[in-house]
Amino acid sequence: MALYRAHVLICHGTGCASGGSPKVLETFREELQKKNLDKEVLVIATGCHGMCEFGPIVVVYPEGTFYSQVKPEDVAEIVEEHLYKGRIVNRLLYKEPISAQKVCHYKEIPFYGKQHRIVLSNCGYINPDNIDEYISRDGYQALGKCITEMSPAAVIEEMKKSGLRGRGGGGFPTGLKWSFCAASPGNKKYVICNADEGDPGAFMDRSILEGDPHAVLEGMMIGAYAMGADEGYIYCRAEYPLAIKRLQTAIHQATEYGLLGENVLGTDFSFDLHIKEGAGAFVCGEETALMASIEGQRGMPRPRPPFPAVKGLWGKPTNINNVETWANVPRIMLQGAECFAAMGTEKSKGTKVFALTGKVKNTGLVEVPMGITIREIVYEIGGGIIGDKKFKAVQIGGPSGGCLVEEHLDLPVDYESLTAAGAIMGSGGLVVLDESNCMVDTAKFFLEFTQRESCGKCVPCREGTKKMLDILTRITEGNGKPEDLDTLQYLGEQIKATSLCALGGTAPNPVLTTLKYFRHEYEAHINEKRCPAGACQSLLRYTIDPAKCIGCTKCARNCPVNCISGKVKEPHLIDQEKCIKCGACMANCPVGAISKG
Amino acid sequence: MDAIQAIINGKEISAEPGMTILQAAKANGIHIPTLCDHPAVSPFGACRICLVEAEKNPKLLPACTTPLTPGMVVFTNTPKVIEARKAVLELILVRHPLNCFSCPSNGKCELQDVAYELGVKESSYADPGDTNTSHEYEDANPFYVRDLNKCILCGRCVRVCEEQAQYHAIDFQGRGIRTSIQPPVGSPIELSDCVFCGQCVQVCPVGALSEKTALGMGRPWDIEKVKTVCSYCGVGCEVEINVNRKTGKIANVTTNYSSPTALNKGRSCVKGRFAWQFVNSEDRLTTPLIREGDTFRKASWDEALSLVAEKLGSIKERHGGDALGFFSSARCTNEENYLMQRLAREVMGTNNVDHCAHL
Repeated sequence: MALYRAHVLICHGTGCASGGSPKVLETFREELQKKNLDKEVLVIATGCHGMCEFGPIVVVYPEGTFYSQVKPEDVAEIVEEHLYKGRIVNRLLYKEPISAQKVCHYKEIPFYGKQHRIVLSNCGYINPDNIDEYISRDGYQALGKCITEMSPAAVIEEMKKSGLRGRGGGGFPTGLKWSFCAASPGNKKYVICNADEGDPGAFMDRSILEGDPHAVLEGMMIGAYAMGADEGYIYCRAEYPLAIKRLQTAIHQATEYGLLGENVLGTDFSFDLHIKEGAGAFVCGEETALMASIEGQRGMPRPRPPFPAVKGLWGKPTNINNVETWANVPRIMLQGAECFAAMGTEKSKGTKVFALTGKVKNTGLVEVPMGITIREIVYEIGGGIIGDKKFKAVQIGGPSGGCLVEEHLDLPVDYESLTAAGAIMGSGGLVVLDESNCMVDTAKFFLEFTQRESCGKCVPCREGTKKMLDILTRITEGNGKPEDLDTLQYLGEQIKATSLCALGGTAPNPVLTTLKYFRHEYEAHINEKRCPAGACQSLLRYTIDPAKCIGCTKCARNCPVNCISGKVKEPHLIDQEKCIKCGACMANCPVGAISKG
Repeated sequence: MDAIQAIINGKEISAEPGMTILQAAKANGIHIPTLCDHPAVSPFGACRICLVEAEKNPKLLPACTTPLTPGMVVFTNTPKVIEARKAVLELILVRHPLNCFSCPSNGKCELQDVAYELGVKESSYADPGDTNTSHEYEDANPFYVRDLNKCILCGRCVRVCEEQAQYHAIDFQGRGIRTSIQPPVGSPIELSDCVFCGQCVQVCPVGALSEKTALGMGRPWDIEKVKTVCSYCGVGCEVEINVNRKTGKIANVTTNYSSPTALNKGRSCVKGRFAWQFVNSEDRLTTPLIREGDTFRKASWDEALSLVAEKLGSIKERHGGDALGFFSSARCTNEENYLMQRLAREVMGTNNVDHCAHL
């Protein structure tokens, strides 16, 4: 193997790639060749670093210099200055939002300081398209250990001891789940990886698949060995083309190395793995709908029992875990259950990956130990609220979750605490909301999503979410009725109690939690026809302060519907009946005489 | 396997292993309302009307899909259960039209029955300002009409088409409130795999599907069911002729999925279900006719059969048996066809035997 004096790691996750990182990589290769450095410096495409907000990200090793927002035209300077002359390019360093200081090295960035990257440990460090790099980081050692030294029962026992719980949202103990499938009679069993990540704003699983696909493969193979399965499916949504491509490469390379297929590592264990591309239905993340979809049926959940462990894919015993759960498995088996169980809280072990989005300064992918507080995630890792506005809530768990408010900031993030507060761990979506977010509008957004994605099979989810959405729409348009709040509460509770699957069973959560913590906002919409956050357009009123208006007529000239009247040099007036609330007047007023509220 | 012992509403019951709560309750004379369940098709769990409570289980359970387990203590009509059923029913009624007067299913509508049982007159959530979907009335084919505005998406038609008719011509399509039952994308029913066996119409609990030929032929309460064997072909399907007591005429034909004597087990074909109009047709022959010159005259069976025997006998005598040919019908039973070929071979001495079903 050739030796290089420096490595340039260029993020090729979906975020950075869409920001132009492939072009950056190409330019690096060209510039290095020009300087005759291509035998000394190796350029590598990696998976996601998590700080998608600041992409494309380039890290130069051995020192670990962290460049953010690198454009192709910056490359020549990095090559000339950093790689040729040994001087760091200051202007491209990441600027820390709180102290506004430039941060030079990866490990000094506060975004990473509180994180504990276990599942993501390879993401951003290795080339996901090269199995050798995975192997060099202890890859496939756990598999070897399991199938050559441990009995299937011992593997399951180790999983139970680790305390790992399903990372897809349900939080069911993984070892216990495996033991059900292992105990289920039958000589044909399946393992499935649920990669149908569909929550709006969530990209945990995508980043793992893109950054470290072999970890998922290895986890599935260990599970298959433990449960006696010889075939597996990765159900990945087709909207993740890069993840699918990397999985295909990973499967191909693992098969070439004899790590997949017949008689893995010369043992009796054989395993075949297929990728099934989903067609974009959110409900196919529900396990019974997912299996129906693999079978070629319409993605529609069916009641359980029978559970997949008894009667799953093609009627055979099947075990389904999500991407993050599978990716945890090799680490647990390699480092031991105790090591894993030492992280986290009493009932929630290990780490959890969150997609941190919304109104925080550092959005991106974070992996934190269970039990960390929401305050630490929002303020220390996330760097606080953009524009230093007031924190209002976090929506955790996506459309199935709920919102948590200021009083919950010090709540430890674990399955039980979140559920007790009315939210759920979910798959890891974490949206931060500030004072300019209307909570009624937020609840409406999620309900629009669940209604659109409801499979339409059971009545409460199909009809009930529509009814709730109609009411919310009415409220945000200023046509709410006082009794609407009781109806929302009642319908929400009934839909939760009567729906067939978890989609309907959790769909009312965003409404129920916002009703609980922000009832006054709902009441302001209904009783005062006012949106306190100023977000609901129908309730907005633009008014001109006659004391400030200089009568310049700029507002009237920019109004697209000609609803502003007034003589030159005299105060102007907005006709509220005609106003379409576009905001053009306010944007054009030179003296700030126009306000909205 | 031993029978399962359980308790439903305080009553000790015994059920066969593998039975669902709903099946066990039914077998023990305990009523649980349901809309999507039907004995002819597999359980589905969609309508959520049959929810029940079980001890040590915080969740409401659908009786139609939950297996009864030994020692289970089930309650089918607690306040919580009734409340949930009412909420679900009112959600169904948000979009279901309440113009029952003109609905062909009035009187046999299962949604009506459930609403009556629960004392729900209308949906308290229905709002004139609601944005709802509206479907066109589909009556392009000669056999049945589809009024999807009345459809409650119970999925019985989809399941009966897949499991009984085995065509899978229709399925759920669209998501959320836009979900509807349709043939494959973009094609109308007439151009789909549908063979118009009409089983979907029979299992529809509401008036979303109705027989075109039965419209105006009689209200459900005027009907008397007459069990018989379909005369359309030799298969011998058991059917029920639904006769309007007031007019004495056939209103429609149905089948019985739970009849122990039916070899067709409730299944039907398009002819058996929809082609019964010949029964009361004016063109139908009701007596034998004998040709005399250019005209026919009515005759008795004895006279007609004697004439046929005499003519056949004389042809055989004059020209030999092979001058005759015997042509039978696929509408006859196997036994009838067997007898006919014996008549041809043994009595008339010819092997010239054929029938109409080799097209």
